Amino acid sequence: MRRDHALETLKLHVKDDIVVAVYQACFDWLEICPRDLNYVSTGAMGQAVSHGMGLALARPNRRVLVFDGDGSILMNLGALVSVAEAGCKNLYHFIFSNGEYEVNGRHPVPGKGVVDFAAIALATGYAHASRFKTLNTFKDSIGAILATPGPAMIVLDVTPGETFRRNYEYIHSAEAREKFRSAIRKR
Amino acid sequence: MSEKEARPRNPPEGAKILEALKRASVRFVVAVPDAVTSEGLLWPICRDPYFRLVRVCKEDEGISICAAMSYCDTKAILLMQQTGLMDSLNALRAIGMDYCLPVCMLVGLQGKEDYLTPRESKSYGVRIIEPILDAMEVRYDLIESSGDENLVCDRIAAAYRESVPQCFLIGRPPLPP
Repeated sequence: MRRDHALETLKLHVKDDIVVAVYQACFDWLEICPRDLNYVSTGAMGQAVSHGMGLALARPNRRVLVFDGDGSILMNLGALVSVAEAGCKNLYHFIFSNGEYEVNGRHPVPGKGVVDFAAIALATGYAHASRFKTLNTFKDSIGAILATPGPAMIVLDVTPGETFRRNYEYIHSAEAREKFRSAIRKR
Repeated sequence: MSEKEARPRNPPEGAKILEALKRASVRFVVAVPDAVTSEGLLWPICRDPYFRLVRVCKEDEGISICAAMSYCDTKAILLMQQTGLMDSLNALRAIGMDYCLPVCMLVGLQGKEDYLTPRESKSYGVRIIEPILDAMEVRYDLIESSGDENLVCDRIAAAYRESVPQCFLIGRPPLPP
């Protein structure tokens, strides 16, 4: 499925939730669904789900959706164990799996086509995990997934589709952090 | 002066450090076990219902968790060994320093001799810690004697007020409560 189509689908389900997004999924999401509760300053590759875990623990009554990459989560697989151990029922961990380091020269990720992220998540103690290769099956399932307590992993096999500007300046800006901080403090 | 004569005052007290964390409203403790702080801090934290202990697999996770919590006005501290700090330097650089976020850390100095300062340590892994923190412009304080615990609450408050990281280097095993 195309990543932009997957993100358009998610836009329909995101209400007052926190979204933590990284790399191209982040850049695309910022254009498709700009909102103050987008958390975009994750700083170091692989750390998205750990930021999401901190937010999920600090705000247990709010859903936290993490839009991660396959190359990114490969850098921090132990975090899956930490998330499961902490019992983050409000955390939904999406892996946008394209098999490559898209913004770093399109080199293949280790284990491309072999690693089963959903199986890993279940083995670490995630409450549920699923993988989608087509947009229609994802559309049919996402509502129920987000209505079920997590932690959940949702692996999406994606191709780029329409991609948007890589606005690194914004995601690392004080403005982006302050916008999120103000939004989360109000609610 | 013999090594025995140079030995500093009594070790810090774990109970006083925990009390300081409570006064600073730190409820979440994110931890990877460390031999220096295990008996005096981590086990007591495990038993104290005030604290919410978050066990993580790797220390850089804790940098991100503490930073993310700060947006929600939730105070946290990361407990680890200096080896974990070394492993987390890029996360600390990006998330703590570049983003100006109040990541507070208790760092056990495994291998530091009681009678030497960290910079004087015969252990390479210990004596490089303060220079590295200096190079990164990360604030730190040495907690290794009775009375040093008094710094903890105020330093954490300052870290959150000014939105900067704060590191406490635990130079000797704190006495268990």
